[in-house]
Amino acid sequence: MALIYSLYIINKSGGLIFHKDFAPISRVDLNDSLRLASIWHSLNAISVQLSPVPSCTGIELLEAETFNLHSFQSVTGTKFVLVVDPRASSVPAFLQRVYQLYTDYVLKNPFYEVEMPIRCELFDAHIEAAVQKYPMMS
Amino acid sequence: MAARHTRNIVDRPIWKSKGEASTVSFSAFAFLFSELIQYSQTKVKSTAELENRLEVAGGEIGRRLLELLTYREKAPKRKTRLLDLLKFVHTTVWPYMFGKTADSLEQANAADDEYMISDVNLALTKYISVPRDMGSFNPGALAAGIVKGILDAAGFPARVSTHYVDVPGLSKPQTTILMKFEPSVMQREARLEPRAT
Repeated sequence: MALIYSLYIINKSGGLIFHKDFAPISRVDLNDSLRLASIWHSLNAISVQLSPVPSCTGIELLEAETFNLHSFQSVTGTKFVLVVDPRASSVPAFLQRVYQLYTDYVLKNPFYEVEMPIRCELFDAHIEAAVQKYPMMS
Repeated sequence: MAARHTRNIVDRPIWKSKGEASTVSFSAFAFLFSELIQYSQTKVKSTAELENRLEVAGGEIGRRLLELLTYREKAPKRKTRLLDLLKFVHTTVWPYMFGKTADSLEQANAADDEYMISDVNLALTKYISVPRDMGSFNPGALAAGIVKGILDAAGFPARVSTHYVDVPGLSKPQTTILMKFEPSVMQREARLEPRAT
């Protein structure tokens, strides 16, 4: 069974620009995922304000009994959110890989407008391939 | 190595020592090419015009490349035969631009005056996903322009176009650059052909 459930990419104003599910789990419908993205964006902003020490970058990990939610924020404020199985390992490294694919196949694509929803075939294909390569649960 | 690069690029000789490969950052190129396409898009109304603009841009590069790369050859010589020139494009220009020779160079089956250079993964198109509404637009038009620039400047005028061709067994379509030479070129070729006696 795949350990990676889904990937969300949220732009710097809290809009969902990319969403993909990888496991046959109960899917979140489009409206809910948009809401989820903006709520996560706000929570992140609040957590930065709450931090007693300066230069906090926001929530990085949310642990639950049935899933873990890893979040990574790039320097431009784009957030990459991965929902994974609690048994999944080296997720931060995988998030870095996703970020790398994003900089290559989205930002270097002349037909992509920044902050807009991502519709790039090559990005989709490479994300899919990266998830396939991620160790599976036997 | 370090000493070689202490000199400014314009102060270095055009001639290069053997094995010295000039390299530029592929990312920097990808961003520049992306900007070129985005800028061109603001100036055109259709994808055909966009391809045309890229070809014109490539033409300028091609003319200069012919000059430079011919000069850097072991025995600089003007190419007077069609095949010599095509081999030059395939085995000298391609490695200079992309670090490898083109995947194939062949003559079209249907016509004598048509030749094709194909590449499965043309480096130009590596990061570019063409949206569906752009139809058959191929960013490789820049490469077609470069080839056209070389052919024109060498005295082999041709019509050059880029196409995506689906190849069985490959997930990605390959990019084929089709060259159709003008009748005058083919007539000259026929004249230069040594007569079998």
